[in-house]
Amino acid sequence: MEKVFERPHALSETVFHYCPGCTHGIVHRLVAEVIDELGIEGKTIGVAPVGCSVMAYNYFECDMQEAAHGRAPAVATGIKRVHPDKVVFTYQGDGDLAAIGTAETVHAAARGENITIIFINNAIYGMTGGQMAPTTLPGQVTQTSPYGRDPKTQGNPIRVSEMLATLDGAAYIERVSVDCVKNIRAAKAAIKKAFQTQIDGKGFSLVEVVSTCPTNWGMSPVEAMDWLRDNMLPHYKPGVYKDTTESGKEE
Amino acid sequence: MRHDIIFAGFGGQGILFSGKVIAYAGMNENKNVSHLPSYGPEMRGGTANCHVIVADEEIASPIIVDATSLVVMNGPSLEKFENSVVPGGKIFVDSALISRKVERTDVDEYRIPATKMAHDMGLGKLANMIILGKVVKETGIFTFEQLEGAMKKMVPASRPELLENNMKALKAGYDYAE
Amino acid sequence: MSDKVLMKGNEALAEAAIRAGCRHFFGYPITPQTEVSAYMAKKMPKIGGVFLQAESEVAAINMVYGAGGAGARVMTSSSSPGISLKQEGISYIAGADVPCVIVNIVRGGPGLGGIQPAQSDYFQAVKGGGHGDYHLPVLAPSSIQEMVDLTSDAFDIADRYRTPVMIMGDGMLGQMMEPVEFKESQQVALPEKDWATTGTGMKRKKNIINSLFLTPNELEALVLERQKRYEQIAANETRYDMVDPEADIILVAYGTTSRIARTAIAMAKEQGLRVGLIRPITLWPFPFEAFEKSLADGKRKAFLSVEMSTGQMVEDVRLAVNGRADVHFFGRTGGMVPTPAEILEQIKLIAGGNK
Repeated sequence: MEKVFERPHALSETVFHYCPGCTHGIVHRLVAEVIDELGIEGKTIGVAPVGCSVMAYNYFECDMQEAAHGRAPAVATGIKRVHPDKVVFTYQGDGDLAAIGTAETVHAAARGENITIIFINNAIYGMTGGQMAPTTLPGQVTQTSPYGRDPKTQGNPIRVSEMLATLDGAAYIERVSVDCVKNIRAAKAAIKKAFQTQIDGKGFSLVEVVSTCPTNWGMSPVEAMDWLRDNMLPHYKPGVYKDTTESGKEE
Repeated sequence: MRHDIIFAGFGGQGILFSGKVIAYAGMNENKNVSHLPSYGPEMRGGTANCHVIVADEEIASPIIVDATSLVVMNGPSLEKFENSVVPGGKIFVDSALISRKVERTDVDEYRIPATKMAHDMGLGKLANMIILGKVVKETGIFTFEQLEGAMKKMVPASRPELLENNMKALKAGYDYAE
Repeated sequence: MSDKVLMKGNEALAEAAIRAGCRHFFGYPITPQTEVSAYMAKKMPKIGGVFLQAESEVAAINMVYGAGGAGARVMTSSSSPGISLKQEGISYIAGADVPCVIVNIVRGGPGLGGIQPAQSDYFQAVKGGGHGDYHLPVLAPSSIQEMVDLTSDAFDIADRYRTPVMIMGDGMLGQMMEPVEFKESQQVALPEKDWATTGTGMKRKKNIINSLFLTPNELEALVLERQKRYEQIAANETRYDMVDPEADIILVAYGTTSRIARTAIAMAKEQGLRVGLIRPITLWPFPFEAFEKSLADGKRKAFLSVEMSTGQMVEDVRLAVNGRADVHFFGRTGGMVPTPAEILEQIKLIAGGNK
């Protein structure tokens, strides 16, 4: 019988610890599929963050390093400078990348560090149980913004893709979503392009994936997808924010 | 032999370099040497000093407590270090920049208008080398030939005019008579 | 001698690291160690190495973690406030068994403190610094030549035991110049880095560099295994220097302070006082053996710990002496350097039966 669907080779057999309906599983799979399709598993080194995806090193079959909270881009920089011929990626959430690790993120981009970052933006701290994130929307209720995020006292959410796109070192920045099949396919294409950008030596690439956190949002997975479309996407508009690759120039 | 020399003045006068020449020449002659610079937030125009020890025996503390010689190229340095010199020690003063005399009577004072001489000879910033020539002469720490040998190794071969000017300045100081 | 060169401590250390095979350096400017970075910035591009000025000390140490995990000989350098920032990374590096070398050219503290020489980071260096059950081998040179020699040793110890190693100097050692000789390094056999993240090449199982272990018994087993390695380090790598350990009064001092102590000992000798010296070269592991040797004759002695701090190493001296002798302390701090005369004064007080 013909096999029409299987686990990507770059994805391990370890069962995900993620909550039901969490989109981490989808994005992990997309990354693994891309690694398979590009044939780079043997030369890829990943960096896991601190956050829900802290144990990402168990899920990918390539070499992995686990970073301290927010430091993944610095760790990836160290690895890439030792192995410039290898493919180095980080997988980070919004708290990790846009709060505690803002400096590491911005400067890796500014240096044009030839690495790829997969950035999961679900507007909340998942692992610690649903606190306000740097990307939490105005009015959004979390454990630490119980009356809704008030920008006057709790600040405004950061649009990471737009911010990083202003930096000369950034080669490719795209924001995608994984709320429906069409967008998942687009997300995969973006992730593939990000890795290809690195392989071509173009510099820093980042794909922001607008994601859900049904558990901490207090919704069913389906409701969470609706909430994402109604609230997240208007604020975090999908699109290509920077593209200095050849195909980007043609567009 | 053992020489404990403190060089002091403004940053930018080549104080640390003077000390380095002595340390380098000492190393060249197989002596034990140490060169300890002051360091601080000030750069050009701030105060600078260095402690240079040249000795036959191993050097324990590189900090000079009893200087055998003191070289000063500004007034505040004379105030600060005059009492660091051992009785019978030597104090070298750039008399073009410091009008007051050494107050102590138990040390030998050598006054040399190094900055004026450098200016008159068209040797720009090499007052430090002029005064250093005098130090080498009066302390007998090295022969002039040993000094020249060290300078030849220190100054890059690609800059022959630099070596020539430095040697000219050292010689002027070495030959200077009050 | 023609094979000697006159070099500043910071630059000699940087050159020694390069000669030890270090090709990756990540740093951030801070006085009084910036010459290390400047030297690396100048040299690394010419030899195919990497110098990177990071956005912070935090980033620099995490780049070291990445590069060390990827199998490189890697170093970072800083001074006290910067080393505090690096503690997070050092703990992770220790917890993930990644070899690397960290240089601390200590200045006065706490806080921003000053920029003059100090030894007040002793506790931070030898008693942890970062969180968790770990140790850091700490090498404390007292001359520029020793800075060079110990830098090479530091990389070997790091690779042999898969541990971060610290070289602890101070502002004086960093800034002063002395003649140094770069000896041909002995090629020592070191374990292969088959654990490094170099890419599987689809030829082996994946390597994971990690310090997260959520199962307590698994974490305990790993920590205990590391503890065994620490015992090996203590057995094989403890270094010290002794002068006249049979003397009735023994000074204990490391780094810059030991140089000043030697001058004080010579002055004491001129006054008819016999004084010895124990100079720890490894601050961790602390050279307990030296104290055993000194105490072996059974005579009642006095030890005087001399430090540029308010009394940090003296606690280890007391542990080593364990009540078998009197332990005294003399220190200056905040960037003040003790003078030989001050130390001599203390020696005389002890010799005169001061309690």
